[in-house]
Amino acid sequence: MTSTPLIDCSHVSCTYGNAPVVDDVYLQINRGEFVGIVGPSGSGKTTLLNAIMGAHPVAHGTITLQPNLTIGYVPQVETVDWYFPVTVEEVIVMTRTKSSWWPRITASERNAVREVLGQLGIADVAHRHIRELSGGQQQRVFLARAMFSQPDILIMDEPTSGVDVRTRHEILHLLADLHEKGLTILLTTHDLNGLAAHLPRLVCFNKKVIADGNPRQVLTPQVLEQTYGAPMDVLEHGGMPLVVDHGRVAMRGEGK
Amino acid sequence: MILAIDLMEPYGFQFFRHGLVVATIAGALCGLLGVFVVLRGMSYIGHGLSHAVFGGAAASAVLRINYFLGAGVWGIISGLLIARVARRRVLGADAAIGVVTTASFALGLALMNRYGQAGKSIEAVLFGSVLGVQMVDIYAVSGVALLGLVVVVLGYRRLLFSTFDRDVAQVSGVNVSAVEAGLLAMLSITILVTMRVIGTLLISALLVIPAASARMTTNSFARMLWISPIIGASTCFVGMNLSYFLNTSASATIILLDALVFVIVYAVAGTRNRMKMASLGHI
Repeated sequence: MTSTPLIDCSHVSCTYGNAPVVDDVYLQINRGEFVGIVGPSGSGKTTLLNAIMGAHPVAHGTITLQPNLTIGYVPQVETVDWYFPVTVEEVIVMTRTKSSWWPRITASERNAVREVLGQLGIADVAHRHIRELSGGQQQRVFLARAMFSQPDILIMDEPTSGVDVRTRHEILHLLADLHEKGLTILLTTHDLNGLAAHLPRLVCFNKKVIADGNPRQVLTPQVLEQTYGAPMDVLEHGGMPLVVDHGRVAMRGEGK
Repeated sequence: MILAIDLMEPYGFQFFRHGLVVATIAGALCGLLGVFVVLRGMSYIGHGLSHAVFGGAAASAVLRINYFLGAGVWGIISGLLIARVARRRVLGADAAIGVVTTASFALGLALMNRYGQAGKSIEAVLFGSVLGVQMVDIYAVSGVALLGLVVVVLGYRRLLFSTFDRDVAQVSGVNVSAVEAGLLAMLSITILVTMRVIGTLLISALLVIPAASARMTTNSFARMLWISPIIGASTCFVGMNLSYFLNTSASATIILLDALVFVIVYAVAGTRNRMKMASLGHI
């Protein structure tokens, strides 16, 4: 028996003006999956996510979401105004726009915030200003906001963009834990070795789906060159694919 | 005792009492809405919209139609036009404000030149005048203040979400365009009912300075929504009284007092809080 996919993109195309940015994409995301979309800057990854969430119009094709699908969205933390006067608690509760109009945070909301923060290991930061947190804590706060609505699927745009190695490890482990608990996750990333290679399913994307499968299947020199338009080598390290781009090798060679 | 009698002297005049009530409520109202203006990086909007409403005020005076009706409709249309132009991201909100409001202001000036009879009332709109405040102004500003309070209370979460994180609010089901259009309409109405006391040229200061001062005193959005109206109302109240004794323009005195509060808060807040001001670079 096959279950209905949570997200079903069929021949989806999106444009900015007349310029196509997503071209004839076919992609299904099933319950319980952990999927990463990789591709160069400007390849249409974020546009595809926006189209799935209804924030960008679909020019051709259809996107079918499972009825009553709840999406938790985590934007790139680099887009956040960290000086905005809000505490962690206010950030998380602000998403409750439909169930409550009352401005004050209620006792039950406060408890729910503590619970979700506790799940993510930052229970003690509820009353702190978002600026006062470390990089890993900041990413967790926005993850907590997405989790607050108890979503069926978590959609994240570049969750490791602009974070240090330690924070990247924290995020990766956190997402693996959430996935293990049954949460479906769809994310975009530039980070081929630090994040993409660790995921169970990877989609190489440049306006269209170039390859779709597990990292061992899709992280090949041919697929990567087709995706990024630049030659890359793939080595194996600790049983996992390790992508080395020729630019880095050339730089090192020149240094010698 | 003599001091108390002296201080009460302006209260013997009805025009002063009316002006004081309108200015104090206007200060609170502008302080409240100013929080969104400042945090959304729209400090220029108050300046722009007040100029746009001036066009409507001039047209109303020339065409001899009700000021609130003419300038109000004009202001709301200008606000919606700005929102419409700014939504096409090719132009930023600042460019949209610049185009729409300066055109409206220019039209007002052209009407003044062509049909110069309306000079006195238009001058009052430009620089404000407590002398011209009537009961209808008190009712109007009180009604709009009440409306503003209801809008902010009922729409608090949507306003906060779309101000803090526009894109995520949109994908989370908040009708961000409607929120922004509503906010601009609210600002237009606020400017309409306050500009006869404060004046077109200085009203933007009332929308920006109390909120900017409040921002430096707190890291909480909710508290900022209390502090900013309190600063706005207090400076208007004290400024009105001072202007009587100093024999200076009420609007100028109010704005100078606001600026003084800003300087004091800035100095007291110190280096740590000055860091927060990085987010207010647009002011």
